[in-house]
Amino acid sequence: MAALRTYTSRLLASTLRHASRPAIATRNYATVEPISATAEAMSATQPPVPPKKTSTIEESGQSPEARTKTFHIYRWSPDTPSEKPKMQSYTLDLNKTGPMMLDALIRIKNEVDPTLTFRRSCREGICGSCAMNIDGVNTLACLCRNPTDTSHEARIYPLPHTYVVKDLVPDLTQFYKQYKSIKPYLQRETKSEDGLENRQSPADRKKLDGLYECILCACCSTSCPSYWWNSEEYLGPAVLLQSYRWLADSRDEHKAERKAMLDNSMSLYRCHTILNCSRTCPKGLNPGKAIAEIKKTMAFT
Amino acid sequence: MLAQRFTQQSARRLLTNQPTLSRFAPPVAFAVNRSLPQARHVAFQPSSPVETTPAKSSDAYTILAAQRRQRPVSPHLLIYRPQITWYISGLNRITGSLLSGGFYIFGAAYLASPLFGWHLESASMAEWFGGLNSIVKGGIKFAIAMPFCFHSWNGVRHLVWDTGREFSNRQVQVTGWIVVGVSVVSASVLAFLV
Repeated sequence: MAALRTYTSRLLASTLRHASRPAIATRNYATVEPISATAEAMSATQPPVPPKKTSTIEESGQSPEARTKTFHIYRWSPDTPSEKPKMQSYTLDLNKTGPMMLDALIRIKNEVDPTLTFRRSCREGICGSCAMNIDGVNTLACLCRNPTDTSHEARIYPLPHTYVVKDLVPDLTQFYKQYKSIKPYLQRETKSEDGLENRQSPADRKKLDGLYECILCACCSTSCPSYWWNSEEYLGPAVLLQSYRWLADSRDEHKAERKAMLDNSMSLYRCHTILNCSRTCPKGLNPGKAIAEIKKTMAFT
Repeated sequence: MLAQRFTQQSARRLLTNQPTLSRFAPPVAFAVNRSLPQARHVAFQPSSPVETTPAKSSDAYTILAAQRRQRPVSPHLLIYRPQITWYISGLNRITGSLLSGGFYIFGAAYLASPLFGWHLESASMAEWFGGLNSIVKGGIKFAIAMPFCFHSWNGVRHLVWDTGREFSNRQVQVTGWIVVGVSVVSASVLAFLV
């Protein structure tokens, strides 16, 4: 309740502040140019300082029957940009921690180290905010069970080959721009008969199953080695799955245009059927299959 | 609780009413490190001001760009879990490069051999190979046969994928291990029995 109250007052205060600020000072998001090769070279991957060389922050007030588990978490702060990223170790008593990785992270943030930064929202695999690399695989922390075996040490990294904003928060600007570029909305000129709804048959609707469920968490795109090396031009599995969602929609009338946009060496054909995407999808979708269907459509129709 | 709220709100009001301070509010705070906490600090203790330089909103882009240049790229290859999906794909690329690279290098060397007096014609190659002991012979044959078989069988797997089949996670794993098994067997046959 107290937390809620302070949050509300903060919200009120911020709206007040915005109302009284002159137009020139209102929030202005800087736009990013396409990531150039120079930028890439200047911010090449820095392997983090291994956990052996960093301290371990232990949970206070351990009970004798505690089941203590260690978590190694990638840390980097923009406040100290010259400092190398490092793997910070934390210990938690599993008896006091919820079953999922996200529960562990939230507990670390609440009770051990409030400076730990990560995105989270719905805690049930619907929002896609808490996508991160857990024990070497991209997944949603809220859907990832925390192994109860205390000898297992969890390693948590941000999504691979992304620019790090802070700790486990990746910069997904490029990803969202690519999503925007495929025009993810229904495009049609002809009106339906009754002018109310664009109807489709149950069979046509069925074609969208396994496509519309995608929550754009970017787990698949950032698991794709091809996307790691070509993220400026290659659209990546998540965006291509979405692209196919509109190509497969019987109501869409701009299919030729959509296909023409993909008809170059980079946008689509950087997919080499590696299939890390389908393997890692926390929602159980199959972006690899969707891309293969696009390739077939491009070749035969 | 109430007192805390009061101080917080009055601090914020101070921030809104003073244009010099509000310049450090979110938009620029996003670009300049820790400017928001600093501004708050000033608001709480007006007697000891912290040295700040006002940033123009037109500078926001350059500041942000400079800051973004410092960002690390998160680790990828070295931390991603070894899985048959991307390991086989990588091996397919590597074996393909080795085979085609080897082919081009040998072809070019064969063309250039009369110029340099190398003996790369089939007869002298066969004579040289025949002179090796059987273990080395088998080793060399297997070292060439293995990438060839692997790349060929995995090529078949790719052709199947191109028809839109065998895409479930289980099928991908099973076909992957089948390719590995069949390659080892066929390479052994080529190396030791032919």
